Amino acid sequence: MPISFELSKNSVLAREHYNKIALEQMRPVSREADTREHDLPQQWVDFWWNEGRKGSPGDPTAEGDGFVTVCIQAEELCFGDAGLYLRMPTAALGGSAVGAAGTPEQREKFMEPFKSSPHPVWGAMAITEPGAGSDSAAIESTADFDDATQEWVLNGTKIFCTAGDGASQVDGGFVVVWATIDKSAGRGGIKSFVVPANTPGMELVGLEKKMGIRASDTATLRFDDCRVPRENLLGSAEVRGKGKKPSGDKGFKGAMATFDASRPIVAAMAVGVGRASLDFLKEELARQGVTIRYDAAPHELTAIERDVMEMEAELQGARLLTWRSAQMMGQGKPNNLEASMAKAKAGLAVTQITQRAVQILGPLGQSQKLLVEKWMRDAKINDIFEGTQQINQLIVARRILDYSSAMLR
Amino acid sequence: MIGFDPTDEQALIVETVRQFVVNEVRPESRPCDEAHALSKDVLTQAHELGLVANGLPETHGGGGERSALTSCLIAEELAWGDLSLAIGILSPSLLGVPVTDYGTEAQQASLLPTLCSDSFEPGSLAIVEPRFDFNPLAPTTTARKDGDGYVLDGAKCLVPWLDGSGPVLVVASDEGRPQAFVVPRGAKGLTATPERNLGLAGLPTVELALAGVRVPEDARLGGAAGADIAALVDRGRVAMAAAAVGMARASFELARDYAKEREAFGVPIATKQAIAFKLADMAIEIDAARLLAWEAAFLLDEGKPVTREARLASDKARRTVLQVADGAVQVLGGHGYIRDYLPEMHLRNAGGFQSFEAMSLL
Ligand SMILES: Cc1cc2nc3c(=O)[nH]c(=O)nc-3n(C[C@H](O)[C@H](O)[C@H](O)COP(=O)(O)OP(=O)(O)OC[C@H]3O[C@@H](n4cnc5c(N)ncnc54)[C@H](O)[C@@H]3O)c2cc1C
Repeated sequence: MPISFELSKNSVLAREHYNKIALEQMRPVSREADTREHDLPQQWVDFWWNEGRKGSPGDPTAEGDGFVTVCIQAEELCFGDAGLYLRMPTAALGGSAVGAAGTPEQREKFMEPFKSSPHPVWGAMAITEPGAGSDSAAIESTADFDDATQEWVLNGTKIFCTAGDGASQVDGGFVVVWATIDKSAGRGGIKSFVVPANTPGMELVGLEKKMGIRASDTATLRFDDCRVPRENLLGSAEVRGKGKKPSGDKGFKGAMATFDASRPIVAAMAVGVGRASLDFLKEELARQGVTIRYDAAPHELTAIERDVMEMEAELQGARLLTWRSAQMMGQGKPNNLEASMAKAKAGLAVTQITQRAVQILGPLGQSQKLLVEKWMRDAKINDIFEGTQQINQLIVARRILDYSSAMLR
Repeated sequence: MIGFDPTDEQALIVETVRQFVVNEVRPESRPCDEAHALSKDVLTQAHELGLVANGLPETHGGGGERSALTSCLIAEELAWGDLSLAIGILSPSLLGVPVTDYGTEAQQASLLPTLCSDSFEPGSLAIVEPRFDFNPLAPTTTARKDGDGYVLDGAKCLVPWLDGSGPVLVVASDEGRPQAFVVPRGAKGLTATPERNLGLAGLPTVELALAGVRVPEDARLGGAAGADIAALVDRGRVAMAAAAVGMARASFELARDYAKEREAFGVPIATKQAIAFKLADMAIEIDAARLLAWEAAFLLDEGKPVTREARLASDKARRTVLQVADGAVQVLGGHGYIRDYLPEMHLRNAGGFQSFEAMSLL
């Protein structure tokens, strides 16, 4: 695509559509959902299940830039409320994993309830463990094959699993669980398994109380001889790279590749929260008669004008990096570097923007009568999950230096 | 539809400029900086590529292919080679763009053909003033109507002053509004004193003193209608943003390559996160700055208002180039401080970007 900053027709329609949902369905219940933390935001969930998931009224004949539009949806809905966005009944990251690593039959089977279930269903992805977060190759959960029953037997504990309550407890949903089938093979032994909701042996141990995105259910799941059929393993059971260098493995790398699709979305989520905060700040300033003078000489700018301009530039920089990574993804181009650039940039920029808004607004920034304080709490997660700031810096650094993960760790 | 790929034609132009930069511009970078002079050969050869003239109107000998976006790509590549040479090479735009956009028929006919001729003719724009509270839209240099002409008084600085015979375009307050005036280099009351600055050492610039400089009525750019200086400032900001991105990229690449070679404590310093993460951040911020510049240029080509975007893009690029150039010196350590290496020059150039207002136009 030639250089252009004009959104496609369908992206514009999606922006309008989801902006309306953000303002009409999410904002009015934003504070309440934050306060009630673990309660299901029923009204929102029902709305999404009955209306929201139908999608935006795009023009199917128009040229598509599908993945940019997905990012625009994420930005708009997180402009509404990032916690509620993560609580939407969708297959979420679990769906991405099935889509990326599953066979056509697996996709058909596991995604079916997200179309036809009579009630809302959720998907989730469980990688993180008490002893392994950033270093996902160090997970200790195991999967052993039982020849007699032709089943995989899962054991271990997963923490910080987004949508883990819905996905593990509501029939029709599923959790994609990462576990090793051969510890001696390192990364090569790590596989992912689809564990349908309410499979015996999968237990919801608890939900985290968090700084922000409180409407999102962050679960601890314990797997105690949890059995799933042979065909619930995503991809191949062959252990690659055994005895060789672990980095020769495609299975683990393949699983990591789902991040190339999810990082642009997380970056877009961050941009949405940052925009909520920055828009509010500018509106409040305008109410007090302060307008930002983009044509003023540097020495004439007030500290606030200078701050706001910097926040705007950083937010737009993050957004454009995000769209670039999404656009490449949509065109089937390798975007590992660009996705991590966008995620690192957006996670940090938006953390700083929302914190600065709280500082500039003083008591208004503090007050729970407004949402500015909440956006600061919500924003921070974007610099942590889907690869922390540092992990994304590592990925960018390896790419630009042409270093392997062994050379820069 | 959102897109990030230059067209085939743009890619070809970028590739041509890059080859030229590698073969001709880069070898002259340090020599020009030390000599406080630009290589005439390089200026002549660049002129033959038609980088500026291509965008000027066909009716006056130009190529008629004006594109802010393409100019942005060119400015980045040239500044990736050398900032002083880049500004020198693009200097005809300082006269060509304002005259194309606002000049009267007569002004266009008298000024543009020289810029499009076979030999290189520089342009010169006097907009910056030697004061901390300089405001391009409210110059303290004045133009007073006097009989059938104007009288200019004031002081300018950072005025590109390459060998040539063309006039300088002086921005002055005319009844409170900024306007531009075509002033011959030899005008009475005009004194040009060569400058020495922190950065841009290779580019000849002067401080201009204007003491009762008298010009005829038709020296006012655009005649009675005048010129939109604010719009020119916007175009200058986008051009400077692109140049900042180009120089930052050069600085980053030097640091990256050095970090892979240089060993400390038995390993390449790039394998240390403190260095690797600094490089990663440079790469990210450079790309962010570039996309902001491209967006502003895209809007310019669409004829959309661009004051906000140009401001945000240039402020971002100024911050980024300083951060990157400083980071590069740091990555090279003591060697970064030595004039045998380029990062110290990049850092000096980066320090000046805050005052590089309309040093090139697109
Ligand atoms: C609200 C929430 C939702 C989440 N949702 C999910 C989910 O749905 N599924 C899931 O699997 N996980 C999820 N996570 C987990 C999240 O992805 C991890 O928290 C994250 O990857 C970091 O891992 P950690 O917390 O173990 O930190 P650690 O890995 O212990 O890192 C601690 C610090 O060390 C730094 N660090 C680590 N390694 C390096 C290195 N090599 N170089 C430099 N610095 C390094 C990190 O950047 C960080 O600053 C969620 C977390 C939260 C808080």
